[in-house]
Amino acid sequence: MADHLLEVRNLSVDFHTASGVVHAVRNISYHLERGETLAILGESGSGKSVSSSAIMNLIDMPPGKIASGEILLDGKDLLKMNAEQRREVNGRRIAMIFQDPLSHLNPVYTVGWQMREALKTHGIGNTQAQAEALRLFKRVALPDPERALDKYPHEFSGGQRQRVMIAMALALKPDLLIADEPTTALDVTVQAEVLALLKELQRETGMGVLIITHDLGVVSEVADRVVVMEKGQLVESGTVRDVYRNPQHAYTKKLIAAAPGKGEMHEPETGGDAILSVRNAKKFYGGFEALKGVSFDMKAGETVAVVGESGSGKSTLARILLRLEEPDGGTAHWKGKDLFAMSPGELFKLRRDLQMVFQDPTQSLNPRMTVFQLISEAWVIHPEILPKAKWRERVAELLGQVGLSSEHMGRYPHQFSGGQRQRIAIARALALEPQLIVCDEAVSALDVSVQAQVIALLDKLRREMGIAFIFIAHDLPLVRDFADYVMVMQKGEVVEFGTVAQVFDNPQKPYTQALLAASLDPDPDVQAANRNARLANVS
Amino acid sequence: MLSFIRKRAFASLISLIGLLVMVFFLSRLTGDPASLFLPVEASAEMKAEFRALHGLDQPLLVQFGQYVGNVLTGDLGESLRKARPALDVVLEAFVWTLWLAVITMTLVTVCAIVVGSLAAFRTGGFFDRFSSMVSLIGASVPDFWLAIVAIVVFAIQLSWLPTSGTGSLAHWILPICVLFVRPFGIIVQVVRGSMISALSSAYVKTARAKGVKSGPIIFVHALRNAMLPVITVIGDQAASLLNGAVVIETIFGFPGVGKLMIDSILQRDFNVVLAAILVTAFAIFLMNLVIDLAYALLDPRIRY
Repeated sequence: MADHLLEVRNLSVDFHTASGVVHAVRNISYHLERGETLAILGESGSGKSVSSSAIMNLIDMPPGKIASGEILLDGKDLLKMNAEQRREVNGRRIAMIFQDPLSHLNPVYTVGWQMREALKTHGIGNTQAQAEALRLFKRVALPDPERALDKYPHEFSGGQRQRVMIAMALALKPDLLIADEPTTALDVTVQAEVLALLKELQRETGMGVLIITHDLGVVSEVADRVVVMEKGQLVESGTVRDVYRNPQHAYTKKLIAAAPGKGEMHEPETGGDAILSVRNAKKFYGGFEALKGVSFDMKAGETVAVVGESGSGKSTLARILLRLEEPDGGTAHWKGKDLFAMSPGELFKLRRDLQMVFQDPTQSLNPRMTVFQLISEAWVIHPEILPKAKWRERVAELLGQVGLSSEHMGRYPHQFSGGQRQRIAIARALALEPQLIVCDEAVSALDVSVQAQVIALLDKLRREMGIAFIFIAHDLPLVRDFADYVMVMQKGEVVEFGTVAQVFDNPQKPYTQALLAASLDPDPDVQAANRNARLANVS
Repeated sequence: MLSFIRKRAFASLISLIGLLVMVFFLSRLTGDPASLFLPVEASAEMKAEFRALHGLDQPLLVQFGQYVGNVLTGDLGESLRKARPALDVVLEAFVWTLWLAVITMTLVTVCAIVVGSLAAFRTGGFFDRFSSMVSLIGASVPDFWLAIVAIVVFAIQLSWLPTSGTGSLAHWILPICVLFVRPFGIIVQVVRGSMISALSSAYVKTARAKGVKSGPIIFVHALRNAMLPVITVIGDQAASLLNGAVVIETIFGFPGVGKLMIDSILQRDFNVVLAAILVTAFAIFLMNLVIDLAYALLDPRIRY
């Protein structure tokens, strides 16, 4: 039998930390052929990135240690090679692209320099490297490739940076490309473009692609086969369709069930008065008009989802509604009073009614405060809510409401997982008994299954406490399950506003249609149909 | 860029004026130069004559006004002791200090970057632990003690080097070596910390995935990114040397601006003190400007 392009056999990787040995990857095996795409699907902490780091010799040893196994490239064991031989393989035979191209490109050198370095490291002369870099930049369709070579990473958009990374990875026509969450940081339409580019390049070069992702949609769009990982172990593998249609392992079933976008859509009730009524809200940053006059109404207990890509102004809208930034025009009536015109004193009272949950709980929770301090701080600021004697009791109650327990009170944020931290952030918002919570990408940083839990929690709060939500997100399927109304924004303007059913089932505006078309469906058959429809549209 | 330099120059001008005011009045509080300057048996008439000659009999504000007017025309007054323009006296000494500082800081920078980077590359290894220990000692040892010990060992017992003064290259060795120790210890630790975070950064991972060799990864990819905080500390340390390494210059009898300042203060030679302060303050302003420009040079994201 001919050798596989890549074969990982019984690989185990341990990390020796101060608190003991962590078995990051336990005895996993998979293989990949030329021209094939294998997806490694898993959530954070599943060890899905560790095996690829082992392939690239990127694991720091110590603390890491390859406890057992072989990594065969064309039948030759990489783990038996010396450091110099491994280095020769990297970039030439195996190349890698990463999740966040901004931090993975060196900020102080031009992208052209970094491209040429990739080529020159493996013995290609300067002039040829320059010509090759230009050719590759043209191939990945970077605008104005000659000038792009002299630019620095921060001068590109996210999608363009990922194109630079791809060009750099493909510089030496590797046999194997490892893509670690290559589109996670990108907008949906950009994600679709980048994935299409990867597919195209794979067809051209016949390379094998190992794609690491947490996103079932990405798997169904690009992969031929998939392996599912949980807690360092490989729990399931097979073709994408088999695994999706007929998952064997409980964890795979759970992952597939947690994928958003399949539930019933809400049918908002009609009638009732608006509690928040925004008219012509504007915001400038210098000469740049971030919000070009946004208007909408919402009623008590209602959820309005604001969707749009980066730069659409959706987060700016959230910040001016909470007066975290000053609006430059328009009105926003909260229960009849214009909150854009409120004095600092009135605003202070308003803070009780309006709360915010941010995207990254790691950053929005003070790492030096305990959970008790974080939540009870609200009552330090607004002492009229609760006498001090009752704080402990109420914190325990709030923790219970968000699915944590009272014994978590004395712990610090770093002792929790991402999903738990976001629950703490929600409990903190609830401490003031608000009537409206603005969630700015509140679940984007979380794993799919955790996302589903947090969404369920928010939904429960809405039902039981009648809290209204402004739910800012870029993930359309997520919005579909949770929102009453959807507001689609683009470049500071509202493109479309309607009930969730109207927007999803019958989008009126081309931009909304494009957004929906670009969003990936976890079902490989649905996704293939979508893709074909899209291609048919193009041609 | 030009507007940035203008803005910085203006801000520095304000602090220079503040400095001038403070030093001028504080120095007049320390005693009467006439009684210090003239012999003890000098008569009241002689003192009065001396004061009148140097304008010391005028009200303080008038003296200050005259002084500022003179400074603006480039005249920093005469040295009372040396009967020469104070600026000349200071510049002469400042050249010595400048050389001492430039040579020392160049050596410090090169050595600290190499040692700190290598320590960061293998954290926890023998070299890292050894260099951490050495740099910690270097950063904590009092320099006057080190100077005295160095003189005892190398100049007196071994007779390899002169004890003090100037005249030959050998005279430079001990002051430079003693001045080297503290900034070296401090900067090694800053380089090490900064390099550890640069080496664990995502772009270094990319470079390793590209197959880049260890040398370029450390000294090309990581170092340039790690230099920003290091430059701040280098500037800080260089400033304290430019101020005149007062103690070291005095111990080694080195005719730099630090020694000149101490001597002039003890002798109530106000004009020289003020001139020395102005010259060093101006030098430090220039150096900070260079550091700001170095930031922009190292990091394309910084544009003024």
